[in-house]
Amino acid sequence: MKLHQLTGFLAWVVLFVTQSVHAEDIIMTRSVLAFPEAMLVLQESIAAHGYTVSRVQRIDVGLTGKGYQTDKYRIVFAAKLDEIRMLTERAPQLVPYLPPKISIFAEGEQTVLVTINPERYGIIADGAVDPVFFKRWESDLRSIFHDVNSAR
Amino acid sequence: MRLILGVLLTAVSLVAAAAPDGAELFGRYCAACHGDKGDGGVGVPLSLPTFLDSVDDRFLAETIRYGRPGRVMPAFDALSDAQVSAIVTYIRAWSKQPAPIYGDKPVSGDPVHGKELFASHCAACHGENGGGGKGTGVTFSRHRDLPIIAPALNNSGFLRAATDEMIRYTLQYGRPGTPMISSKEQGLSGQDVNDLVSYVRSFDGHATDTHPADPAVAATLSAESPYTLEETVENIKQAITSQNFILIRTDTLEHGLVKEGEENPRQVILHFCNFNFLYEALAVDPRVGMFLPCLVAVTEQAGKVTVSTIDPQYLSQLFNNVELDEYCKRMRGVYQSIIEEATL
Repeated sequence: MKLHQLTGFLAWVVLFVTQSVHAEDIIMTRSVLAFPEAMLVLQESIAAHGYTVSRVQRIDVGLTGKGYQTDKYRIVFAAKLDEIRMLTERAPQLVPYLPPKISIFAEGEQTVLVTINPERYGIIADGAVDPVFFKRWESDLRSIFHDVNSAR
Repeated sequence: MRLILGVLLTAVSLVAAAAPDGAELFGRYCAACHGDKGDGGVGVPLSLPTFLDSVDDRFLAETIRYGRPGRVMPAFDALSDAQVSAIVTYIRAWSKQPAPIYGDKPVSGDPVHGKELFASHCAACHGENGGGGKGTGVTFSRHRDLPIIAPALNNSGFLRAATDEMIRYTLQYGRPGTPMISSKEQGLSGQDVNDLVSYVRSFDGHATDTHPADPAVAATLSAESPYTLEETVENIKQAITSQNFILIRTDTLEHGLVKEGEENPRQVILHFCNFNFLYEALAVDPRVGMFLPCLVAVTEQAGKVTVSTIDPQYLSQLFNNVELDEYCKRMRGVYQSIIEEATL
């Protein structure tokens, strides 16, 4: 094992010990930022991680347009084109789950983010895609959520 | 290299051996739902003084360990005792009062009379059979001024965490600042309170909160279409309307990821909505965005046209919310009807 591989492995062990108790099906975080600012940080972090925001579904706008009272609620779709093409080719059963999405909604003066743990997509893919791929997705999502959570 | 290895191994052992940090653990596992300062959100407001002053540390610890099956709060059963204890200590520090201590001694009362009292004094908030208030947290389910949703008293997690003495105390003194008023204000005697405790305890073993994952439920609903992709898309549009949903838009799967015109035209997604249904679902669980928007995918691969969508019942299993399960069952029916109608 080379030095950088070893240090990488041990760094991962440190990260595992400090961060992981067990796999969660749903990943959530909270931001002390108000919705517009949290949304901005989210989109910037998604881009910084190399993903493209393909669409923002404005759930609250649709509801208020129909006369319902609601707080800010959006769904952010984000992905990498080559990854989407690979997944739909190898695991077509994932198509309805793609692109992956993040729910972001206001809770008073704060904002809450929710997403499905990408490991779940790995379960749905049923071995057609290397689980490491989804583990990396999870790592990126946690990093994005950390950015939003820690932004002030 | 040895130096680096040594430093990293020391770091690992230090991290593993360090006393758990309650604030850090709360921030990681609890704050997203309960708020950074425990003032509530998707989850109940833990820092509410009248809540903290009436529950003992055992109640908090057991709630963390076993959660509330079917009522959103998950079981953090992989946390160590030390980690749970650290979180409890962190939560407890929000109160200026010392933690109450309750004994394990069962309260003796008449559950039959307790049932009558429950129907007249408690059921309006806690539900006819102690199933608790509807909705999740303060987000969309109700007015934000109302600090708490009546808990499900017939929940196995609650019954495991709460001692009889704790339930009796809560009945006697109520929870000022919430709709839970004291037994005195309700005109109940000491024996009435005991009878009510006895009735609540009788839910033990009859809890209806079980939320087992159904291995037979697949992640997607799908069917092969005998029509061309274009015909199938048109059929889906008609089927959506016939199910009283509104078509929002029709896109390719790759929309927004690639320049217009370079998308794969053989992967079409139809988004649709029933706003009343959506509004109700958001009140049941604000995390429901994971199911949104309602969509059906029509894809063509090697000449085969397939219609598919998520199975809401599959996803629902991840949310630990029996109320949401009901909505997902209904939505599953809608999806099945749309797919059947479009591919017949």
